[in-house]
Amino acid sequence: MTVTISHYLILAAVLFSMAVAGIFINRKNVILLLMCIELMLLAVNFNFIAFSRMLGDEMGQVFVFFILTVAAAEAAIGLAILVVLFRTRQSINVEELDTLRG
Amino acid sequence: MITSLLFYAFSLILVLSALGVITSRNPVHSALFLVLAFVQSAMLWLLLEAEFLAVVLVLVYVGAVMVLFLFVVMMLDINVEELRTGFTRYVPIGAAVAFVVVLEIGHVIWFRSQDVLAVATPEPYPAGYSNTQALGSVLYTEHVYAFELAAMILLLAIVAAITLTMRRRPGLKVQNIARQVAVRREDRVRLVKVDPASGAASSEKESRSASNKSLSESKKTRSASNESGTAAQDSSAGE
Amino acid sequence: MESIYLSIILAPLAASVVVGLFGSRVGRAGAHWITIVGVSISFVLSLVVLADVLGGAEVYSGAVYQWGQVGGLSLEIGFLIDHLTALMITVVSFVSLAVHIYTIGYMADDDGYQRFFSYISLFTFAMLTLVMSNNFLQLFFGWEAVGVVSYLLIGFWFKRETAIFANMKAFLVNRVGDFGFLLGIATLLAFTGSLDYQTVFGAAEGLADERISLFSGTEWSVLTVACLGLFVGAMGKSAQMPLHVWLPDSMEGPTPISALIHAATMVTAGIFMVARMSPLFEYSQTALSVMLVIGATTAIFTGLLGIVQQDIKRIVAYSTLSQLGYMTVALGASAYAAGIFHLMTHAFFKALLFLAAGSVIIALHHEQDIRRMGGLRKYMPITYWTSVIGTLALIGFPGFSGFYSKDALIEAVHLSTTPGAGYAYWCVLLGVFVTALYSFRLLFVVFHGEERIDHHAREHLEESPKVVTVPLILLAIPSVVIGWITIGPVLFGGFFDDSIFVLAQQDVVGLVGEEFHGAAAFIVHAATHSVALYLAAAGALVAWFLYIRRPDLPGMLQARLAVMHRVLDNKYYFDWFNENVVAAATRMLAGSLWRVADAGVIDGVGINGSARGVRYLAGVVRNFQTGYLYHYAFAMIIGLTAFLVWLTFGG
Repeated sequence: MTVTISHYLILAAVLFSMAVAGIFINRKNVILLLMCIELMLLAVNFNFIAFSRMLGDEMGQVFVFFILTVAAAEAAIGLAILVVLFRTRQSINVEELDTLRG
Repeated sequence: MITSLLFYAFSLILVLSALGVITSRNPVHSALFLVLAFVQSAMLWLLLEAEFLAVVLVLVYVGAVMVLFLFVVMMLDINVEELRTGFTRYVPIGAAVAFVVVLEIGHVIWFRSQDVLAVATPEPYPAGYSNTQALGSVLYTEHVYAFELAAMILLLAIVAAITLTMRRRPGLKVQNIARQVAVRREDRVRLVKVDPASGAASSEKESRSASNKSLSESKKTRSASNESGTAAQDSSAGE
Repeated sequence: MESIYLSIILAPLAASVVVGLFGSRVGRAGAHWITIVGVSISFVLSLVVLADVLGGAEVYSGAVYQWGQVGGLSLEIGFLIDHLTALMITVVSFVSLAVHIYTIGYMADDDGYQRFFSYISLFTFAMLTLVMSNNFLQLFFGWEAVGVVSYLLIGFWFKRETAIFANMKAFLVNRVGDFGFLLGIATLLAFTGSLDYQTVFGAAEGLADERISLFSGTEWSVLTVACLGLFVGAMGKSAQMPLHVWLPDSMEGPTPISALIHAATMVTAGIFMVARMSPLFEYSQTALSVMLVIGATTAIFTGLLGIVQQDIKRIVAYSTLSQLGYMTVALGASAYAAGIFHLMTHAFFKALLFLAAGSVIIALHHEQDIRRMGGLRKYMPITYWTSVIGTLALIGFPGFSGFYSKDALIEAVHLSTTPGAGYAYWCVLLGVFVTALYSFRLLFVVFHGEERIDHHAREHLEESPKVVTVPLILLAIPSVVIGWITIGPVLFGGFFDDSIFVLAQQDVVGLVGEEFHGAAAFIVHAATHSVALYLAAAGALVAWFLYIRRPDLPGMLQARLAVMHRVLDNKYYFDWFNENVVAAATRMLAGSLWRVADAGVIDGVGINGSARGVRYLAGVVRNFQTGYLYHYAFAMIIGLTAFLVWLTFGG
């Protein structure tokens, strides 16, 4: 049996779903939430590369390149915010971040 | 055949490590599982002949981003137990949403695009094909503006991260460049009247050396020398 | 001439505005001087107009200002000046002038002095506008304006409960009439497309044959419907049964007002209006019959009420009602000229009687109950003699003004062939007897007999000041002579030929006129041919017997005829009926509408309901706003997933 594009797409789907489930499960831990977002982006990248490969068009890979860039920036800023957050509140528990609550 | 085996092996490890990311008790373990997942992804991308991106993924993600993650996780004194309470409470809804997402994507892949995608097997690239070259030839021509924009975003991320985490400790000496640039003569120079009987000659000589005509004509002298001006600058910068 | 016409109505308006807005600035003397000058201007110019019209000037009808244009309908302010108008404005401005002067004395120690003068000047303006109008819009404006001023003046002493009740009552009852009036105007407008008198009058004959179906299965002449509507308006304004109930109560207002508005001018607006609309009413036999019957009923039955009243002003008020009934009868008999003639003479002698009553009231320190009067003749000779003149004029003593107008009127009704004329004739004849009875009762009880005045009032009892007695004398003169002088030219000389239209077969005034050979001969004719004169004499005699000769008899009669007395004392239970049936039903309807529609639907469902709904929904939705970041993230993810479901499976 050969590996088709669909295999990659299914793999990406499974990966994405696990990331979504991860957000629900680890709802309290901001670091894990960030990691789950990285996983999601990874799944999306899978799709881009698979389609790029199938269509023989480098465009998809260019997109992945940009996504990686943005994801790196996002991770850097996210972690910076996390550090600041921890410094002021001594916690990264999302349940304690309820200042917005009326 | 060997490709297929490799695909399934890598996929299995990828899924398992992803599972590890979302379920492990220790954030450090999660991060390490995520590293594993990224590495497996890079392997799979190699199978798709996206060599450049695979290498970039390993270098940037595994080498930089995940190290940053690990660094933060370990640096922060996180109470893991507290974060684990009620762990399973949202498992059903999470699973349900995940299931729906799988269902949707599967539906799209299998039923909507059956004749187009499902059977498509990519032909291998011919020998001598360079993925990096192909990507670069598109990236630096067609998408050059987007590329520069990405560079800007990275710069922004650097600035943002630094600004966010910067702390001002008391007693730390820093240079206030804005104040240095905005300084005016009146802040540094003090004009005093000198008794003409005692020291007129020397003061006139000094004023000529300062090459300030109007001052010399009105017989006013600069009492402050260049040295004292520098000292004032230092003291203002030290604030 | 147009500027003269304009000045006639604008002079009192200007005076009223100045005094009303700057009352405290101009002071008391300033207030009465400004308004009296304003009304004097009107009166003098009215005389000019009257002279001009008598000199044979053409009928003037034209607009001075176009207020607006709606489709093909032009809304204008204009004047119609003919003999009728000229006569009316002269009477109105003269009586108004007299009342202005009289008010200086009557209201001398009242706080609302300036306000009062502003009101009565405003009233003069409104009444003149009404009279001089050449279109229905302006007529309606004047009609409502006099109603408003009447409301303000009845409630002039607004701190009195009874005054407030009376002015509200007057306003509401007039509202009923005005609604009919408006319907009448609307009908005419709908079928002729014009508000102008001339156009509408020109279309009258055609409208009489046109039919509309008001209720299923019944066909009505358009003209009859319109005329009945207009007459309902006249019933309200001129206080015909059953819309008469407001007039006796309106006596709560100051006496000058009772004289000016509720005797001489405003209440005659309805009579004037019908006379003005004679080209319409002539073609509607039904409307004429209705007027005959209602007028006759009002004439006799309200007169009877005057016998049992104890309030001096109310007696005069019921007398007014009765006389208005006479006028309406004249209109119904197509004797418009006789109606207007009686209106004119009545304006003089009824204003005189009211002002005389007011004089008595001032002298007795605002005592109005005739049981606490008596024997005033020797204290107040001028008031007494002018009252006698007024009374004689009222009952129709030969030679006095009321005699000519009333006798001509009765003769005209006698000759009329309009259905209902027979009933009306007997009513007005009996009315003469009743009129004489209550008039002399009033005169005898107040001015003759034993003194029943309390000693406190007697110490200060003296004749009223000049400002009161001069208007009395001024009014007494025309009350005597105006009939003698004017019956020939006004009633039978074709004076109203240019303004009143009568069908040849209904021209009863003309029939009466055939036997008219001068004012003196009219007396002889009446003495030999009419029973009215003898009925009046009988009435006066009975009054003399009951109240001078045997003062104990009225009490006995009252005891004997207890049931009748009770009915009369309760004014035939009209007020009772209105309050307990009409008003109660209205209140019940309004109450239930308020409970169901206002409180239930609008408040309950609409306002509070929507507020409750919003609060409930907000309470539900609030649960989503937990303040936890991840809940928002969940919501986002679930929403996105749902959207994707719709996208993939839905479309």
